[in-house]
Amino acid sequence: MSTITIREALNQAIREELARDETVFIMGEEVAEYDGAYKVTRGLFHEFGGKRVIDSPITELGFAGLGVGAAMAGLRPIIEFMTFNFSILATDQIVNSAAKMLYMSGGQFKIPIVFRGPGGSAFQVSSQHSQALESWYAYFPGLKVVMPSTAADAKGLLKSSIRDDDPVIFIEQERMYGNKGEVPDDPDFTIPLGVADVKREGKDVTIVARSLMVPIALKAAEKLEAEQGVSCEVIDPRTIRPLDLPTIIESVKKTNRVVLAEESHPICGVNAEISAAIMEHAFDYLDAPVKRVSGADVPMPYAKNLEQLAIPDVDKIIAAVKEVAYLD
Amino acid sequence: MASKVIMPKLSPTMEEGQIARWLKKEGDKVSMGEPLAEIDTDKATMEMQALANGVLRKILIGEGESAPLGQLIAVIGEPNEDIASVLSEAPPAQKKEAPAPAPVEKPAAPQPQPQRVNTDSGRLIVSPVAARIAADSGLDLRSIQGSGPNGRIIKRDIEAALTKPKAPVAAQGTASGYRDEPATQIRQTIAKRLVTSLGPIPHFFLTVDIEMDRAAEMRESIKALDPDLKISINDIIIKVAAAALLQHPQVNASFQEKVVRYYEHADIGVAVAIEDGLITPVVRAADQKSLSQIASEVRELAERARSRKLKPEEYTGATFSISNLGMFGIDEFTAVINPPEGAILAVGAMTAKPVARDNQLVIRQMMRVTMSCDHRVIDGATGAKFLQTFKKMLENPLYLVV
Amino acid sequence: MTKPSAAPPSAAGAEEQSSTGVIDPPKDVDKKKLAKERDQAKERQKDRLSALEPAQLIDLYRQMTLIRRFEEKAAEVYVAGKIGGFCHLYIGQEAVAVGSISALRPDDYVLGSYREHGQALAKGMSARAIMAELYGKVTGCSKGKGGSMHMFDKELNFLGGHAIVGGQIPLATGIAFASKYKGTDQVTICYFGEAAVNQGAFHESLNMAQLWKLPCIYICENNQYGMGTSVDRAMSLRDIAQKSCAYEIASEFVDGMDVLAIREATLRAVERARKDYLPTLLEIRTYRFMGHSMSDPGNYRTRAEIEKYQERDPIKLFVASLLEEKITDQETLDKIDREVREEVEDSVKFAEESPLPPPEDLYTDVYANPIDPAKNRTA
Repeated sequence: MSTITIREALNQAIREELARDETVFIMGEEVAEYDGAYKVTRGLFHEFGGKRVIDSPITELGFAGLGVGAAMAGLRPIIEFMTFNFSILATDQIVNSAAKMLYMSGGQFKIPIVFRGPGGSAFQVSSQHSQALESWYAYFPGLKVVMPSTAADAKGLLKSSIRDDDPVIFIEQERMYGNKGEVPDDPDFTIPLGVADVKREGKDVTIVARSLMVPIALKAAEKLEAEQGVSCEVIDPRTIRPLDLPTIIESVKKTNRVVLAEESHPICGVNAEISAAIMEHAFDYLDAPVKRVSGADVPMPYAKNLEQLAIPDVDKIIAAVKEVAYLD
Repeated sequence: MASKVIMPKLSPTMEEGQIARWLKKEGDKVSMGEPLAEIDTDKATMEMQALANGVLRKILIGEGESAPLGQLIAVIGEPNEDIASVLSEAPPAQKKEAPAPAPVEKPAAPQPQPQRVNTDSGRLIVSPVAARIAADSGLDLRSIQGSGPNGRIIKRDIEAALTKPKAPVAAQGTASGYRDEPATQIRQTIAKRLVTSLGPIPHFFLTVDIEMDRAAEMRESIKALDPDLKISINDIIIKVAAAALLQHPQVNASFQEKVVRYYEHADIGVAVAIEDGLITPVVRAADQKSLSQIASEVRELAERARSRKLKPEEYTGATFSISNLGMFGIDEFTAVINPPEGAILAVGAMTAKPVARDNQLVIRQMMRVTMSCDHRVIDGATGAKFLQTFKKMLENPLYLVV
Repeated sequence: MTKPSAAPPSAAGAEEQSSTGVIDPPKDVDKKKLAKERDQAKERQKDRLSALEPAQLIDLYRQMTLIRRFEEKAAEVYVAGKIGGFCHLYIGQEAVAVGSISALRPDDYVLGSYREHGQALAKGMSARAIMAELYGKVTGCSKGKGGSMHMFDKELNFLGGHAIVGGQIPLATGIAFASKYKGTDQVTICYFGEAAVNQGAFHESLNMAQLWKLPCIYICENNQYGMGTSVDRAMSLRDIAQKSCAYEIASEFVDGMDVLAIREATLRAVERARKDYLPTLLEIRTYRFMGHSMSDPGNYRTRAEIEKYQERDPIKLFVASLLEEKITDQETLDKIDREVREEVEDSVKFAEESPLPPPEDLYTDVYANPIDPAKNRTA
C-alpha cells in the first residue's frame, strides 16, 4: 500500500497497462510532451516514446474516431479528452461508432477503447467547462461508464477499463485529482467494473453518490451521525453503466430511505434512473419518497458564490437526509 | 313468539349505531311504537321505537357499545318464553373505543370507512414500508396516527404502535400522543391576521377568581390521612388542569401551520424558577396520574431542575404549562406562552378575601388565575369554557374522583 | 405568374426545367458531342488493357456485372416489399469499387458509407451474405442486425458500411494508424461521397493522416449529388482533389467510368501507402443512375444529364473496349451475364429461405464482455 493522489493512481494504471500490453497506446491533446494538461500522463512520453504516447491536434472528433478505427483493427487505445466537455465534439464517433459497432456488425468487431478525462465542475471555469455528462453516455447500450471517487478505485477501475473489450467512458473529476488515498502496489490490482462499493455502512438512510459527491456524502454522513444520531450508508456505484442495482436495492431494503446525490443536472440524470429502479424494485420498502440532490438546473455560472450554490454540498445532503428521515 | 330488536337504519348513510341510552331495562313491559332506546348515528342521536309488544327480555348491546346495521341488539318476548335460540345468533358487541383490527389475511384490501383518516379526502396516506410492516403484523392502519408530512403514516409510527408504550428516543421531548386535524381555512386566516397584530403568537388573556377553600381542605385531609403524602396546592392545580384539559381538547392543542394538533394527554409543563432563569419540566400524561404521583414527580423534577440535571426531553414537549408565582405574593400576572403550546396558566397567590355569598359578606381563600391563549388555536369562548370547568373542579375537587 | 421552382437554377440547367419536374432532353443536346467524348474515353481505356491478363479483365467485367445485377435485384425486391429500411444503390458507380479494390491485397482493409453493397461484393463478400442481410436474416453478413447500411465481414477485412455521412473517414484513419502501429504494410481504402467532404470528419482525418503519415487511401466517389443537392449548391470549392493541398496530401482526379483508370490510380496510391505510409486522396468522378435511395424519384436531375452519363456507362464502355480489342467475345460475356444472374437469383432464394434472427439475438452482441452486477459481487 502506498498513499498517493488520484492523479498518481491514474498515472500508475496507464503506465502499468502500457508496460503490460503492446497494443495499448494513449492519445490526446498535450498528453505527451506537455506531460498532460492535468499531469495525469506525466512521464509517460519519456518512458514509452511517441509511438505509444501521442500528442494529437485539437481535433476531438478526428482522434476519437481514429481511436475507434484502431480498436477495430485490434489495438487498445486510451483516448484522453482534456476535459469531457470537449468530448461533445466527438459524440458522433463515441455514440454512432464505438457504442454500436459490435452490435451492427453482428458481433464481429469489438471496440476495446477507453475515453477518459476529467468531467464535472472545476474551479470557476464557467458554463462550457463544468459539465457532468455521464447521463449522456450512460444512455447508450454498448458503452460502459465509470466514475471513480478514490485513488484505489481510480487505479483499479482504469486498469479494468483498459483490459475490457468494450468502449469505456472513464470520467474523472478535476477537483479530486489531488485527493489522496491508499492504493495497493500490486501491478495486477484491478477492480471489476459493474460493482458498487459501500463506502460507509449505516442503517437509517442510504446515500447513493458518485465521483465528487462521495467525499461530500461521507462528510454529511459523519455530521449526521454525530449531531443527529442518524446512521447513513454511503454507496458509490463506481460504474454507472452497467449499474450495480442489487447493492443499492439491498441497502434501500435495509434503510427504507434514500438520498441520491449527483453533481449533474437533475433532468434525465443518472439519479432519475436510479430513482425509477428503486421504485420498481424496492417500492414496498420505502418509508419516504426518494430524494435527489442534484446540481442546479442552470448552466454553470462563473461567480464563485453562484458556482458554490450550483453544486450540492454537505448541507444540502444533510437537509435531504433529514427530510427522508422525517427529522425537523 | 320472541321478536328480535335489530340495529335500525336511522340515517341514509348510517352503517353502525351506538347505544346512547336504553329507555327501558330488561323486564320492562314495552308496547309497539314506544321509545326503546336512544341511538347515536353518524348524524345525530335518534330514538328507536319498539316494533313489538311484550317484555324487554334481553339487552345485548349495552350503553356506549355499538353494532352494525341489522345486528341483534335486544329481544322482546313473553315473560316466560324461551329465547335461547334467538340469542344464539347474537355476535359480541363492539367497543367503540377499540376498533376491531383489520383482518390479517387481506391486509392490502381497501379499508372501508376508515375511522381515522389523515387527509381531508379520507384516503389513508402511508409509506410503502409502513404499509407492509403493518400488514405483516396485522396492525390496523386506521388506528395509527401518521407523523410524516400530510399525516403520512411512516415506519416509525408503525414501530411505535408495535412497541407501545415506547420511551421517547429522540432528544426532543414529544407529547404522549395526539391527533392532527387539518387547520381549516378560517383557522389559518385567523392565525395570519392575528400574528400581524401581535407578534408571532397572538396572545389573549382570560382571568378568573377561584375559591380555594375546598382545595385547601382537601390538602389538609390528605395530610391527615398520611403525613408522608406531601401534596401542594400547585399539585392539585396541575391535576385539575389536566382533567379539565381532557374535557376541553381544543385547549390541549397546538397550532402547527398546516394542522392543528390535538393531544391525547395533558403533558403539563411546570415553570420552575432557577438561578438564572426559568425552566419548565414536564409532567407527562398528568391526566392519568394520581395526585401523589404528580406531587412526587414535580418535586423530583424541580429539584433536578435547580441542580441543572434535567435531560432535554424532560423539559420540552409539554402540551400546556402552569406558572405559579403565588409564593412570591403575586396576586395576578400574565405569562407568555411557550410555543408550540396553545396556552399557559398564570397562577397568583391564594389569599383570604371578603366575597359575597348568598348576599352575605364572607371570607374565602381566593386565588386569581390568568390564562394566556394562542388565538390561532384557541378562541375566547373556548378558553372561557375551559376555565369554567377548571374553576368548577378546583372549587369542588371531588370532581376529580367522580 | 410563374411558380417558384423547388430547385434553384443551378440544380439543373434552367432551360431544361419543366413544370412536372420530369425533364425532357433539351433541344440542343449535342448527341454527336456525347458520342465523341465517349469514344475518346474508350480509346484511353483501350490503352490500359495491356496492363492486365485477359482473365483478369474478364473478371473485372464479371464483378461489375454482378454488382449491377445484384443492385437491380435489390431494387426489385425492395419495391416488392421484401426488404425494409433504406436501400442505396450503386448502379453506375460499379467501376469505382471494382477498379480500386482490384488494386488491393486480400488482407487490405476497406470501409465505406451506406452505399456499400458494391464495395462489399468487390471485396469478396458473397451475394448470399449481402442479400440475406438486406432481408434481415440471421444468415446475413451482420446476422441481420446491420441491414443495407451496415455490411461487415471481419474475415475479408471489410470493415463496414457506416451511415453517418463522413463517419467512416476517422475510422479508416484509425485502421491505417493501427497498420502502421503494428508495422504491417496493410493499406486501408475509405470510400465516401463528395458530400462527406463538407464534414469536419474529412478534414480532421486528412490532417491527421498526413501529419502522422498513415497508409490510407481516401476515395471520394463524386457522384455530384449529396442526396438531392448538387455539388454546385453545396461546395464553395468544387475541385475536391485540390482540397488535398490544404493537408499536403497526394491526390488525383480520376474518371469514375473507366475501371482501368481507377485501378491504375489506386495502384499508385497503394504503392505510396505500402512503401512510405503515405495517404492519398482520389476524387473519382462518377454518377449514380438511380436516385439517392430507393425512396428518391431523382427528379432534381435532368433526363439529359442522366442520358449523358448513361452514354458513359462504365460497363458498356468496358464491354466495348473488350470486344473491339478482341480480348473476349460476346458469347463469353453473355455466359458470364447468365452466371451472374443465377448467382443473384440464388442469393434471393437463399435469403428468402433463411431463418429470421432468433428473438434472443436482440440482447446479444451489445457487449463483448457483458457484466451482470448481481453476479460480479463477492460480498
